[in-house]
Amino acid sequence: MASVTMTVNGKSVTADVDPRTLLAQFVREHLRLTGTHVGCDTSQCGACVVHVDGKAVKACTMLAVQADGCEVLTIEGLADGAELHPMQAAFREHHGLQCGYCTPGMIMTAVDMVNRLGSDLDEATIRHELEGNICRCTGYHNIVRAVETGAKAMTGASARQAAE
Amino acid sequence: MHAFEYHRPSNVRQAAALLQKNEDAKIVAGGHTLLPTMKQRLAAPSALVDLGALSELRGIEKKGRAVVIGAMATHSDVATSDVVAEAIPGLAKLAELIGDPAVRHRGTIGGSIANNDPAADYPAACLGLGATIITNKRKIPAEEFFTGMFDTALEEGEIITKVSFPIPAKAAYAKFRNPASRYALAGVFVSKRGSDIRVAVTGAGSDGVFRWGEAEEALAKRFAPKSLDGMSPPAKGMNTDIHADAEYRAHLVGVMARRAVAAATGR
Repeated sequence: MASVTMTVNGKSVTADVDPRTLLAQFVREHLRLTGTHVGCDTSQCGACVVHVDGKAVKACTMLAVQADGCEVLTIEGLADGAELHPMQAAFREHHGLQCGYCTPGMIMTAVDMVNRLGSDLDEATIRHELEGNICRCTGYHNIVRAVETGAKAMTGASARQAAE
Repeated sequence: MHAFEYHRPSNVRQAAALLQKNEDAKIVAGGHTLLPTMKQRLAAPSALVDLGALSELRGIEKKGRAVVIGAMATHSDVATSDVVAEAIPGLAKLAELIGDPAVRHRGTIGGSIANNDPAADYPAACLGLGATIITNKRKIPAEEFFTGMFDTALEEGEIITKVSFPIPAKAAYAKFRNPASRYALAGVFVSKRGSDIRVAVTGAGSDGVFRWGEAEEALAKRFAPKSLDGMSPPAKGMNTDIHADAEYRAHLVGVMARRAVAAATGR
């Protein structure tokens, strides 16, 4: 067993884990944060995307012990209480989902996209940036719209926050 | 995944000592090849030595007439580095074409080179730029480093610490990606540095990355896409799999080489 300590959604957690525990497994089974999904388990589909130290990663292809000392953000950490994160709200508004399985990963990737590239994202960029996230229901059209709207709303939200 | 012991050394010397102590230990850098391989039980190391805490291996700097990249620099670090973008933009572009954004946040240059996947991109850049692979023990020229599919000159317990890329006058990479895996079906890195002309091919050869001598000779006369008109390497020696047969790959190499030269010369 190995001891890991990390901050998950702002809270410090320490646990003893078998070193082969994947980060995805750790957040789902040890922390019961089941919003992070495991789709393909081969780092292709992106359903398991979380942020580690502010960067989107595939939690099925990282060991929990590799996240020792890191800040981890999962889909559960995005909303502010009952108020959805602007990117979550945009996915709801544009119905950027059908079965919803890929949605947490899509949203975490989308937020990372805005963090890296800013909020003025054109359709080609969004589609290209989403290549590590697979949705088998919707054909991506509404997802792309949601990301576009969510990106703009994120700047609005942070501007409001800065003003307050 | 089979069970293993986990070690997280805080410097290269400690990492080397751990590798010596644990016979079946493997180094994990970004883990984007090793962990999937372990999940499939194709690899079952007794111990993992994680280089994740070695921040000294993550730097990217210009040193004289070379760009020196730490082995633990991620693909995203290389793709977004101002130093790389200014000195060898073709190398930044290559890093940006690997996998997807999340994969690029974890995968490392050292891991890619040590693994020497026959369809990986970095081996083409190393051979195509005449890089030197620096380990905790010695410096290895790229020509001597890549010794065949998934095979390198690395000895047991040897750790890549840096890769030094001489800055070329012109260089570019062109890649035909497998649309699912984003690995190269054929990728060609071309460069020109004085009279040193290089054409390195990945993804296509059945024994991993190689230099395409005939194309280099043609480009030595005139470094222009036209010099390669109608040329492709012999299909014999190319890889055949469900994605493409040897003849198609040979054809793609010619096309990618012309595109790479066009990109390098701004045509």
